[in-house]
Amino acid sequence: MSSAAAEDVAGTPATPSGPRRRKSVTGTRRTAAALFLLPALVLLGALVVYPIGYSLIRSFLSQSGDSFAGVDNYRALFTDDGIRTALKNNIIWVVFAPTVSTALGLIFAVLTERVRWGTAFKLVVFMPMAISMLAAGIIFRLVYDQDPDKGVANAVWVGVHDSFAESSAFPRAHPGRQSPLRPDQGGFVTAGTVHTGRTVALPLVGVAPDRMPKGAEPAARAQPQPGKVTGTAWQDFTRGKGVGKLGAVDPAEQGYAGMRIEAVKDGKVVASTKAAADGTFTLPAAADGARLRLPASNFREPYNGVDWLGPALVTPAVIGSYVWMWAGFAMVLIAAGLAGMPRELLEAARVDGANEWQVFRRVTVPLLAPVLAVVTVTLMINVLKIFDLVFIIPPGSSQDDANVLALELYRKGFSEDQPGIASAIAVFLLLLVIPVMLFNIRRLRREVRR
Amino acid sequence: MHSTLRMRKSPKQPVHSTRRAALTAAAAFLAGALALTGCGGGNDKSSDDKPSAGGKESGSTVKLPELKGQSLEVAAVWTGGEQKNFKQVLAEFEKRTGAKVTFVPAQDPIINFLGSKIAGGQPPDVALLPQPGAIKQAVDKKWAKPLGPEAQAELGKNYSQGWQDLGKVGGKQYAAYYKAANKSLIWYNAKVFENAGAQEPKRWEELMTAAQAVYDSGVTPFSVGGADGWTLTDWFENVYLSQAGPDKYDQLAQHTIKWTDPSVKQALTTLAQIWGKKDFVAGGANGALQTEFPASVTQTFTGGDQPKAGMVFEGDFAQVNIAETKAKIGTDAKVFPFPAVGGQAPVVSGGDAAVVLKDSEAAQALVTFLASPDAATIQAKLGGYLSPNKSVALSAYPNDVQRKMAEALVSAGDNFRFDMSDQAPQAFGGTPGKGEWKDLQDFLKNPKDVAGTQAKLEKDAAAAYGSGS
Repeated sequence: MSSAAAEDVAGTPATPSGPRRRKSVTGTRRTAAALFLLPALVLLGALVVYPIGYSLIRSFLSQSGDSFAGVDNYRALFTDDGIRTALKNNIIWVVFAPTVSTALGLIFAVLTERVRWGTAFKLVVFMPMAISMLAAGIIFRLVYDQDPDKGVANAVWVGVHDSFAESSAFPRAHPGRQSPLRPDQGGFVTAGTVHTGRTVALPLVGVAPDRMPKGAEPAARAQPQPGKVTGTAWQDFTRGKGVGKLGAVDPAEQGYAGMRIEAVKDGKVVASTKAAADGTFTLPAAADGARLRLPASNFREPYNGVDWLGPALVTPAVIGSYVWMWAGFAMVLIAAGLAGMPRELLEAARVDGANEWQVFRRVTVPLLAPVLAVVTVTLMINVLKIFDLVFIIPPGSSQDDANVLALELYRKGFSEDQPGIASAIAVFLLLLVIPVMLFNIRRLRREVRR
Repeated sequence: MHSTLRMRKSPKQPVHSTRRAALTAAAAFLAGALALTGCGGGNDKSSDDKPSAGGKESGSTVKLPELKGQSLEVAAVWTGGEQKNFKQVLAEFEKRTGAKVTFVPAQDPIINFLGSKIAGGQPPDVALLPQPGAIKQAVDKKWAKPLGPEAQAELGKNYSQGWQDLGKVGGKQYAAYYKAANKSLIWYNAKVFENAGAQEPKRWEELMTAAQAVYDSGVTPFSVGGADGWTLTDWFENVYLSQAGPDKYDQLAQHTIKWTDPSVKQALTTLAQIWGKKDFVAGGANGALQTEFPASVTQTFTGGDQPKAGMVFEGDFAQVNIAETKAKIGTDAKVFPFPAVGGQAPVVSGGDAAVVLKDSEAAQALVTFLASPDAATIQAKLGGYLSPNKSVALSAYPNDVQRKMAEALVSAGDNFRFDMSDQAPQAFGGTPGKGEWKDLQDFLKNPKDVAGTQAKLEKDAAAAYGSGS
C-alpha cells in the first residue's frame, strides 16, 4: 500500500516537467520514494524481519544462548515426545478444522439465502467471531465440563442417554464388612444356598439416606414361612452410628424398596422377585437350594457422560470450539461469493431438469471453488498458529495430549527455559506457513489480473 | 479462647512501652533523615512530614525509612483471595513509608517469568519465590541481591534457625520467608463424618477405616484435585516422609537415591490404597484429573449431606477456598493432621520467600517490613495465611483451626521438612504437564503401574537433576 502511494506522489510531478529537469526530478523521485517508504520499512524491519532473523539465529544456539549448538535444537524437534504429539495434533487441526468450518459455512450460506430471516440467522452464526479466543476458551471449558450439572455438552448427552437407559436406584451399594454376599457379574450373590422355611439377610451399605428410592420404609425382619424363601434386603447402615449390629436389621435402617432379587441354580434363574418397601421379599419353593443374586441391573452406575476433555477426545473437542467460532467467518465470505454468482446458470440448470442437490453439487460448488479455496487456506494459516483455545480449554492433566506447536513453543520458551528449542519450533512453524502463504498470494495475484 | 487471649495480652504490656520507645527513636531517626534528604530534594520537604505522622497510629515494631515518591514492584504468583489479602499488607507499607507499591501477578513457574522480565530489563524490585530451588537459581544467575542488615536483624529476631537457613545460599541471607504452608492436613466435612460415625484418624489404618465408613454411608471419601499436579506430589511427600523417614526424604529430595528405590515403591503402593480403590476418589480417576485444586475443596464442602466427597487433603491454604462455600471453618469444615503412615506423622511445609531483585533502599525496606510481625499480623487476621514468624501473636489468627495450625508449625521448630517437589529442579518438580506432576497424574489414572511410574519418575528426575536447570 505504501509503495503504491509513493508511486502516486512521485508520478504526478513527472508529467508536466520538461526533459531538461528530468534528471533532478528522478533524483527527487528516488528520495521521495525512499522517504515515503522509510516508515513502513523501519516498522517492518523492526517488527517482522529482525525478530524472524533473530529467531533463526537463536535456534542454532544452546539453551543459555552463548554457544553454538548446531542442529541440536532441530534434532530435539523430531525426537522430543511432546513436540511429536504437538506435530501430530497440528496435522489433525490443519486437516479438520478448516475443512469442517468451510463446509459448515457453505451449508449455512446456501441455506440462509433461501430463508426469510437469513440476515438474522447470519448475524447469530457470525456472533462468536466477536468474542475473543480467550473468552471462547473459557466458555468451552465450561461447556465441556465433566459434571452434567455444569457442562452443557454432558448435560445434553446424559439427557439423551438416560431417556434410553435409565440409571438404577442403588448405584453405589456394596457389601459391608463380613457380608454374606460376594461380587458376581457386576451384581452380588450369596455365598451359601438358601432354603425354604428360613430367612435370608441381604445387607448392603453405601446408599445415602436421601438417595434412597421414594417410598422406602424402615427395614423389617422377614418372618419364616413354610414352603417359601423369605428375607430382607436393606441398607445395613445407621446414620451417625455406622453399621450398628452387623448383618442384623437395626431400627433406623431402611429397606431397599424395589431391589430385584433372583434365585440362581446352576447359572439359571429359577425365580425372581422385587423387595417390598420395607425390604422384605418372598420367593417360591422353587428357590430352595439356590443362591440369591442381586443382579447388576440394581447397581448400574448413573451415566456420567462423555469424557470430553480426557486424553482421547480433547483435540476434537477443542476443534469443535474453533469451528463454533470460525464457521461464521467462512459463512460470511461464502455468502458474499454466492451473491456475486450469475443466477442464469442456476436457472439454466433447473430448466434442464437438475434437482436442487445436483444444482448445488454441479453448479454452485464449482462456481464457488475460488472463494472456498481462499477461505480454507486463510483458515489453515490461522489454524497453524492456534494457541489460545488449546492453552485454555484442556485441564492441566490433558494439556499434553492436546498440545500443538504454538503451545509447545510457549511452554518450551517460557516455562521450561529452553529458548533454543522454542526458536527452532518458531522457525519450523514459519516454514510450514510459507507454502500456504505463497499459494494465497499467487491466487490473489491471479484474481487481480483477471 | 478467651483465656488464651488474656494470656497473650498480659506479656504484651511491656512490649507496648518498648514500642513507644522505638517509635520515638524512629521519629528522631526520621527527622535526621529528613534533614539529610532536605539538601538533595528541597521541593519534597513540605510533603515529607505527613506520612511520618501516619506511621504513629498503628503500633509498629519495625523502623521503616521515608520513601515518599518511590515506587516498587512486587511479583508473586498469588491469585484471588490470597492476592487481595497481600495487597492490604502492601497498602500498609505504602501508608507507613509513602512509597507506591504495585503488585505484579506472575505465572508459575515464577523463576522463568522473572527470567523473561530480567531479559527485558524490567525486573520487579521484590519477588516472592515459592521454592528454595528457585532462590538458589536466582542467586546462581546473579538476579537476587543479599538482604541488608535491617532485614537480617528482623529475621534473626523473629525466625527460628530452620526458617532462616532455608533463605540462605552459600551462607549468605538472600531470602526472608514471608508465608508458610502446613501441607500435612486433611480437611473433612464434619457432617459427613458425623453421619458416617467416623472418627478423626491418627494413623493410616484408621484413615482407611474412616474412609470405609464414609463410603459405607454413601459418600465418596476423598476429593483429589488431580488437574493440578502439585496436589499429587504433596500426597506422595506426606506418605513418603512418614513411611520412609526424614533421612530418606532428604536423600530423595537431593536425588542421591533413585526413584526406583524400594521405599518409593512402598509409598506408591500405600497411596494406591486410596487412589486405586474404586469409588474412593470423587469422580473416579478421570474426574479427579479434571478437577482443579479449588474445585476439589469446594466440592467437599457444598451439597449439604451429600457433598461430592467427605475429605480433601491439602495445606492450610485450602481454607481460602472453603471460605467461598457456605461451610464454616471449625464447625462444618474441620481438619486433622495427616495421619502417621510409619513411625511419626509427617510435617511437610512450604513457603514463599521475599527476594530482592533490584537493590534499593525501598526494596530492602519492603523485605524488612515483610519479615516483621507487623506485616504478618495484618495478613494473619485476614485468614488463609500462616506465618513462620514466631513473633506473630497466635491471637492474630481469626479462628481456632488457624491458630492450631500456626502453633503446630511454629512449635515444630526445625523438625519440619520442606516440600520435596519445591526443592527439586523446576523441570521435575514444578512444571505443569511435565516431570513428577505428570508422572503422578499418570499414576492416578493407573495406580496398578507402580514399577512403570517409578521408572518414569527416575527417567524424568535423572534428566532434570542432570541438566541442573
